[in-house]
Amino acid sequence: MKDLLAWSRHHWALLLGGGMLAVLAALTLAAPALYPEDPLSMVGPPDVRPFDEGFLFGTDSLGRDVAAGILHGARTSLLLGLVSTACSVLLGTGVGAVAGYFAGRVDDVLMRLTEFFQTIPSFMLALVLVAVLSPSIWTIVLAIAVVSWPPVARLVRAEFLSLRSRDFVKAAVVGGHPTHVIILRHILPNALTPIIVTGSLMVASAILLESALSFLGLGDRNNITWGFMIGAGRSMIRQAWWLSAIPGLAIFYTVLALNLLGQGLADLLNPLLARTRRA
Amino acid sequence: MRQLEFVVARLLKVVLVMFGIVVLNFFLVRLAPGDPATVLAGEAGAVDPQFMSEVRARYGLDRPIHEQLAIYVRRVATLDFGESYRIQRPAMDLIAERLPATLLLSLSAFVFAMAAGVALGVLAARRVGRWQDMAISVTALVFFAMPLFWVGLMAILLFSVQLGWLPAYGLETVGGGFSGLRRAFDIAAHLVLPATTLGLFYVAIYVRMTRASVLEVSRLDFVRTARAKGIREPRIWRRHILKNALLPVITLASLQAGSLVGGAVVTETVFAWPGVGRLAFEALGQRDYNLLLAIFAVTSAVVLLFNLVADIVYSLVDPRIEARA
Repeated sequence: MKDLLAWSRHHWALLLGGGMLAVLAALTLAAPALYPEDPLSMVGPPDVRPFDEGFLFGTDSLGRDVAAGILHGARTSLLLGLVSTACSVLLGTGVGAVAGYFAGRVDDVLMRLTEFFQTIPSFMLALVLVAVLSPSIWTIVLAIAVVSWPPVARLVRAEFLSLRSRDFVKAAVVGGHPTHVIILRHILPNALTPIIVTGSLMVASAILLESALSFLGLGDRNNITWGFMIGAGRSMIRQAWWLSAIPGLAIFYTVLALNLLGQGLADLLNPLLARTRRA
Repeated sequence: MRQLEFVVARLLKVVLVMFGIVVLNFFLVRLAPGDPATVLAGEAGAVDPQFMSEVRARYGLDRPIHEQLAIYVRRVATLDFGESYRIQRPAMDLIAERLPATLLLSLSAFVFAMAAGVALGVLAARRVGRWQDMAISVTALVFFAMPLFWVGLMAILLFSVQLGWLPAYGLETVGGGFSGLRRAFDIAAHLVLPATTLGLFYVAIYVRMTRASVLEVSRLDFVRTARAKGIREPRIWRRHILKNALLPVITLASLQAGSLVGGAVVTETVFAWPGVGRLAFEALGQRDYNLLLAIFAVTSAVVLLFNLVADIVYSLVDPRIEARA
């Protein structure tokens, strides 16, 4: 019991972030039951203030329920964040693994490519990609993936470079295993910890990026998103502050939870690093 | 000699990256819905095949793709990005008009972020584990999780709408007719909210970087040696710890300056700041892809130049940074 208490005091970030996310996930799953109506449809009088007339977060100038938008928007934000991060982690891991394993020329070419994508202003690139390919869920996922893979590639490459000369890898090579088996079965599992930590932090920045894109009008029109809600409520800020304030708090809550979780995971999976950081 | 090699290698790299961006841009223009001929023909109100093929021939759109690429690269090399589809003016002119406002905003935000970030980061590291450290770290965590555009809107709500302290929109008072020093004050007052908004996110990043770097250096052997020699604490901090801890922070921070441009698009949109970012937002709304891609290329070039200057300056300051370009 005492141990558990000490453990949870040590890993408060993990527990807090995880708890916040669990609440959000539960609300997201409950959204269709709590607000069965389409969040984009009119359900009440316009411009109701929060807590008035049975609307928790009020309504907008078209009489749409803000609370319904928040809950339905959560699904879009979380899904987009997860899927686009999964894509960029896959891409980054692929590039990094190949560069680190084969080293030499291949490594040179791939690392120059990585640097190229790290040098160009990433938000501008994402914006241009979504605009040119016309906004939809898939172009947004693509754009976020294209601009966020480089750090993963560098990380995975560094891991592979150091792991490839270890004895167990040499043994696998001598044992005649095919290259892809060595990469996927022997080296990758040993490089997984930093990938998971980075990935969890990337979900947070993906959500921020997506919200900025939909704020600028580059969101998917068929799904309500928090960024879109802020963008739409923006011109009403003097009369109806809640229209832009509340969706922003939802983004803040989610990103904070993910950052805490990522930090907590880093401390949990890499205790040595955590100790030096705290001392 | 080493330094010269370094500078040349870095220059070469900038040219290569810029070439890459131009090629990328070329293909993005082609990915955009409707080729330039359709757009121009639509504008001219004449969509007969005769006119279309004439337009295609005039802009070289009927030639093989690699020739088109060569034409495009040659044009961009002379800063010719073609015309904005909507406003019949060269895209480069439109960007050049807006660039000073964006530079003013981004540089102010960067200076603010560096100053506040480094100062607070050092303070947090010196008081590590105490309430000052906790307060600073938690605040950084909070601002790190807030969307920039939302912080801007809330700042407008609080400081302009509620308190009426600062102007919320634009670069200067419309019809104010100020000149000289009064105009400078007017612009400065307009600059406070957008620059602070854009800067805050980076303050959060720089605080964490500085704190980590200072803590790392302060544990190194030479610091212990300095203490053992009886050097007084303020001098150890100034000469031994800060000098070594801040250089990597400044280098990393300058390299991150590129992402300020992205932040500028959003910030300028929120505050109606008449810069390149706002121009990009307008181009988006009007589906003016040619202008949008020109903005992408030009802002990338500006960012590359800043990184180059930063790199060269630090290679001069820190002899350990050698020709690793």
